[in-house]
Amino acid sequence: MTFAEIQEQAKKEWDELLNGQKPQIAVGTATCGRSAGAMAVVKAFEDGLAEKKVDASIREVGCIGPCYAEPLVNIDKPGKPTLCFKNVNPDMVTEIIDAYLLGDDPLPQYTLGTLGQGEIKGVTKILDTPSFKPQERRVFRLCGIIDPTNINHYIANQGYEGLHKALSTMTQQDVVDVMKASGLRGRGGGGFPAGRKWEAGLAAKGTPKYVVCNADEGDPGAFMDRAVIEGDPHSVLEGMIIAGYTIGAETGYIYVRAEYPLAIRRLERAIAQAHEKGFLGKNIMGTDFNFEIKIFPGAGAFVCGESTALTLSIEGKRGMPRVAPRPRTTEIGLYDKPTLLNNVKSFSSAPMIITKGAEWFASVGTEKSTGTAIFALTGKVNNCGLIEVPMGITLREIIYDIGGGVSDGGTFKAVQTGGPSGGCLPASLLDTPIDYDSLDEAGSIMGSGGMVVMDEKTCMVDVARYFLDFTVIESCGQCVPCRLGTKELLEVLKEICAGKGRKQDLDLLYELSLAIHAGSICGLGQTAANPVLTTLRYFMDEYEAHILEKRCPAKVCKSLISFVIQEDKCVGCGICAKSCPVNAISGEKKKVHVIDQSICVQCGVCQEKCPAKFSAVDCVSPRIKAEVPEKV
Amino acid sequence: MEDRLSEMLSPYKGKRDALIPILQKVQAELGYLPDDAMCEIARTTGLPESRVFAVASFYAQFRFTPRGKHSFMVCRGTACHVRGAEKILEETERALGIVEGETTEDQEYTLETVACIGCCALAPCVMIDEDVEAKLTPKMVSEIIDRRKAK
Repeated sequence: MTFAEIQEQAKKEWDELLNGQKPQIAVGTATCGRSAGAMAVVKAFEDGLAEKKVDASIREVGCIGPCYAEPLVNIDKPGKPTLCFKNVNPDMVTEIIDAYLLGDDPLPQYTLGTLGQGEIKGVTKILDTPSFKPQERRVFRLCGIIDPTNINHYIANQGYEGLHKALSTMTQQDVVDVMKASGLRGRGGGGFPAGRKWEAGLAAKGTPKYVVCNADEGDPGAFMDRAVIEGDPHSVLEGMIIAGYTIGAETGYIYVRAEYPLAIRRLERAIAQAHEKGFLGKNIMGTDFNFEIKIFPGAGAFVCGESTALTLSIEGKRGMPRVAPRPRTTEIGLYDKPTLLNNVKSFSSAPMIITKGAEWFASVGTEKSTGTAIFALTGKVNNCGLIEVPMGITLREIIYDIGGGVSDGGTFKAVQTGGPSGGCLPASLLDTPIDYDSLDEAGSIMGSGGMVVMDEKTCMVDVARYFLDFTVIESCGQCVPCRLGTKELLEVLKEICAGKGRKQDLDLLYELSLAIHAGSICGLGQTAANPVLTTLRYFMDEYEAHILEKRCPAKVCKSLISFVIQEDKCVGCGICAKSCPVNAISGEKKKVHVIDQSICVQCGVCQEKCPAKFSAVDCVSPRIKAEVPEKV
Repeated sequence: MEDRLSEMLSPYKGKRDALIPILQKVQAELGYLPDDAMCEIARTTGLPESRVFAVASFYAQFRFTPRGKHSFMVCRGTACHVRGAEKILEETERALGIVEGETTEDQEYTLETVACIGCCALAPCVMIDEDVEAKLTPKMVSEIIDRRKAK
């Protein structure tokens, strides 16, 4: 079959699906949907449709982004726009079938809104809401729309068109030129121009060459690579195949975290389907180009996100970054051969750049950071989820418009970008535009796109300690500044959190941080102190409160807080006393209870368990001194 | 066990660069990596034993002691951290009666922490085998454990 015939067949299948006479039910069953209960929703629809004899089809799709509204169900009825239901549970399914599938009531209270042409009275259009309006879905264009286990859905939506165009009408240099002109910068966080990397891959001498996709998404707080693979795996494969053609490689590896079992299954299936269609294997699309893709499940090491460590890991070695002077991976990479290594989103962006052109790609974004950026917006924010926005948008727009502001009525304190290598930015920098260079200037990094919002209940010293704890565990141990320096930083931070900080510790933290930055071999070490440096720069008052006043303003650091029962609120129900794991609470029934501060371990269970109508347990900082019981 | 092991390893004779997939396969079968198995892997691949141990101990996935029937992983990602993962871990430790890294006496659960399972929008969360439990409160942890015990 020619590509045109394959495409025609796929489009027919897709058209029948969307424009047929049967209602279509799409349930988001990526990992986030599943954890919110999507599989039970699928089951409820299957049972409900059978029981009520409704002729409709169900398909499982990836994630469209708004994780806070999971499980999400999209229903297409003939002649109507897509109606998107949020937070669906099995009980609601029966109601939805009765009201909307059998009847015509769209149940507006259950919906997020409509997608596509046309409107339904009483229901908002999703793309007109403040949460979606600023977004530009490109890498995510098909996530949550197509069935990721059906290659025809991808093909029907311009899938593999880029590969076909490249193989039939472009030279290897042509592809490099388009990639360079697009201005795409490495989406793994480093921001190195992708086109220049591809050019170096093409120019590199030596065979065989390799293409490697970095899907070792190890940053705590980032999960967009997983979402892209789970929702649109073929876009990643297509990008890798185009890259293989461009540099002259015949083998590609996807290094994916073993903690992503669903993503691995989706990739395996996608690879098999691409083989069936002749997009992988020998003589791809009738040309003399051959390409295979293998999956390598990573065994869990954050440092393997670093390119030289990652390639060593595939070779079956410890993933320790190569020592300087480090050769470029494009020259000496996997098995010491030229290797083109890019992140999931970089590969996934390539097909549309080839299909639609460099100008289209650069039509959004800023001059030096073109295209869109994907963030995992999480933490203390109302609308958690994955967002895709044009580069150059401000932090404020992301957090307040798209994110709907700080959750639980909290006050914004900081936003952390770039994971353990990034930094915490304060409210005064909310108008910073999001691009590689502006974030760098502010002391943080774009990184892989984690964006964690923090409120007044987050202690910034504790956050710095948290990240250093992570880095100490993940340091590969090869170079001294990183191995011992981060450990020392962590010890000092722990002392400060424990109320044993000294004034000179602040200088020590600063000097150590600079030394680790200057002396470490790889990016992990060089950026390891960023969380400390940015919190020192923007939240010095919190460090000082911990050290000078022995007070934790956010009331997080256990050694600096006490729990007390407020006499005027306690009714003596005794729930706290029963749940206290160390029996520190005493009191007679219906009388005010008291916490013995000399026994209390500050676990906070009493505060958690005290019924909300009383809310009698208060947390204070600095600590109340334990009273020495009077001798009777 | 020896037969099973040699059968498992037979396709990998001399394949040094397959070390990590081999370790993953053996662990998936046996639940952990016993010393004998690692020596056998060294013989099959032709790698020094020291190298097999060096690689296995480098990666977080590999374990050298037997594990419980189920894995109970508490996520310590950034989003989970700011939403109270520490308390979830403490409550899990209390409910299971073990601390991080240990296995319950009845061999049912091994309690571990993980850097991030990528369900940040549903923080704080835990992963029990392949199931993710999301938006947890300490109270829910004991309920989940009780529910599973009742099954």
